[in-house]
Amino acid sequence: MNLETLDAALRPALFEYLLCLGDDALILGHRLSEWCGHGPYLEEDIALANLALDCLGHAEALLTLAGEVEGKGRTADDLAFLRDAYDFRNVQMVELPRGDFAFTITRQFLFAAYACLLYEALQQSAFEPLAGIAAKALKEMRYHLRHSSEWMRCLGDGTEESHRRAQTALDELWMYTGELFEVDNTLRTLIEARVAPDMAALQLKWREQVEAVLREATLTVPEDPPYMATGGRRGHHTEHLGHLLAEMQFLQRAYPGAQW
Amino acid sequence: MTPAEILEALTEVRDPEIPVLNIVEMGIVRDVRLEGETVHVDITPTYTGCPAMRTIEAAIVQTLRGRGFQQVVVHKVFREPWTTDWMTDEAREKLRAYGIAPPPPRADEAPDLIPLPFSVARGPAVPCPFCGSEQTRQTSAFGSTACKALFFCEACRQSFEYFKAI
Repeated sequence: MNLETLDAALRPALFEYLLCLGDDALILGHRLSEWCGHGPYLEEDIALANLALDCLGHAEALLTLAGEVEGKGRTADDLAFLRDAYDFRNVQMVELPRGDFAFTITRQFLFAAYACLLYEALQQSAFEPLAGIAAKALKEMRYHLRHSSEWMRCLGDGTEESHRRAQTALDELWMYTGELFEVDNTLRTLIEARVAPDMAALQLKWREQVEAVLREATLTVPEDPPYMATGGRRGHHTEHLGHLLAEMQFLQRAYPGAQW
Repeated sequence: MTPAEILEALTEVRDPEIPVLNIVEMGIVRDVRLEGETVHVDITPTYTGCPAMRTIEAAIVQTLRGRGFQQVVVHKVFREPWTTDWMTDEAREKLRAYGIAPPPPRADEAPDLIPLPFSVARGPAVPCPFCGSEQTRQTSAFGSTACKALFFCEACRQSFEYFKAI
């Protein structure tokens, strides 16, 4: 199934789903880009800027496709710069402030492990343009997972201070991981149409892989909290997203239609 | 002009970040089609966020306009993801001569999902493009552009870039 043969009934759900995927990448990419010029040392500064660029690349491809599926002529730029917080569909995890280096790396690790599994599965998506983007993004995301899991080991099995910071980040982030695998009616429609993968199976694999790295990093897997954060996919965000958008969208808001 | 001749013309378009390589030998140009007066060029980005892509798109249009085609449409296609396997041998040699270690001809698939511990996680040795020594180590998996990683040669004591195999 491609853009021409897309079932009209699937179109709204698919548009929503592509926003979820694209917004995750866009907002995470923006958070990573905040490190540019502030990295702990030169090579890592460059690495974080590279990770940010990959995420923005994925966001551009996914949001361009979202605009095409929507069919109202919106471009990736329109979707990135001219929507308000309640129209964003990213999970809350990616909008949290960047924190210290351990927080940034721990988030990248948890997200990359999820994204690798997701993109791997999406290569088989019944919607061909999405399968193509997933195959491309997977190659890049694997580098993110490798990089961040090596860092998890360094931090966790490093000094007392680095261990403490990584464990603190992990404990803080854990309540935001449930949202990655949530299935609502929109997603259920797409899973049934084999456009999106079975999220429960994905979550099991994710747990297994994440726990393996954390064990090696001598970090403690947090207990599942009584409350898992939720709502990002429905436009309910933390207070941080508005501040992020204020910065990211400032130019386009102040000078509508401005171009480089 | 036939599609083959158009393809030949496109060898004039260089990668702005690695100017010794043209976009055809890098495997970026996937297809060229003539429909009436319009030329359609399919390109596959090396990396999704590659900032050179826009420059390359503009250069394709400009080059083909110079050959008399007023209507040039460039399509970005992802349906088969770009891989360093599409780079010609000649392109690899040009890279090496330019001081960038080329990716091996048949890239093994990217790193495992769960990487092995540091000592065993490293792939095959990357020979230094300057002295050929295999006594090299990676200093960062990321470099000045998305497609490159940073290495250091213990033999000639020089840093060099490596074009990552993807």
